[in-house]
Amino acid sequence: MSEAVRYMDRTRAYYRALGYPSDYVWARFNEVPFARLALPLSQMRIGLVTTASPPDLGNRDASGQRQVWSGDVEPAPVTLFTANVAWDKESTHTDDRASFLPIEAVQERVAEGMVGGLAARFHGVPTEYSQRKTMEIDAPQVLERLRADGADAALLSPL
Amino acid sequence: MSLVARHLETNGMPTVIVGSALDIVEYCGVPRFLFTDFPLGNPCGPPWRRDLQRSIAGQALDLLGRATAPRTTQRSGVAWPSDDDWRPRYGRVTPEEAERLKTLGEERRRRQAQSKTPG
Repeated sequence: MSEAVRYMDRTRAYYRALGYPSDYVWARFNEVPFARLALPLSQMRIGLVTTASPPDLGNRDASGQRQVWSGDVEPAPVTLFTANVAWDKESTHTDDRASFLPIEAVQERVAEGMVGGLAARFHGVPTEYSQRKTMEIDAPQVLERLRADGADAALLSPL
Repeated sequence: MSLVARHLETNGMPTVIVGSALDIVEYCGVPRFLFTDFPLGNPCGPPWRRDLQRSIAGQALDLLGRATAPRTTQRSGVAWPSDDDWRPRYGRVTPEEAERLKTLGEERRRRQAQSKTPG
């Protein structure tokens, strides 16, 4: 088994090479919250969350800032915009949306009875330099939208 | 995304993250994490491989139902189906590229400074 790539080291080295004087400070917490399942998995409705953007980049507000957005799982989007987030653009591609937002794969698990259902919408959360925006503005919006969809749990798949 | 998971859990909604940046997610600390050891960009499975994507979704949902404590990480057994050596590639800084990256950084800072200038 190969050792996992050390992305924090790579990112530090890359931004130092770009000439930035200080390293990015990743979020770190001693305490980790844990919500127990209130229902058996086979009765739960799952909501999906991605870091991709809509194809038309329509989730920008008047100031150009990216906001939380939502899309329907039926019909599933063929593609989403991913060029504005960091991923390995030399080694792979994101032409197959199911490789980062697993609508069909979860639908199959619903059909098998492993989970109760898939929420009617998926939600997109911008990747932000500002952890404060993610924690205070974006995350509460994602929660509100998941609850509005009747989701009991969420599967989050960052690119 | 780890921060979003933490917020959902704090408010009673269970989550599972499926992702490929093991060090960053574990450094933050999340409840349930399925680690897929792939190049960044395809956390849910290699492109066009419905069979592997289906397997990974099943593993993620199983982890969601099975984990009993926070910081539960499971490594997916699915391997990247290629001989291509992708691991050294992302974000590499070679001596040959040092000058190009330095120039790129200077251009980026210049653009950022201009965009902050009023008028």
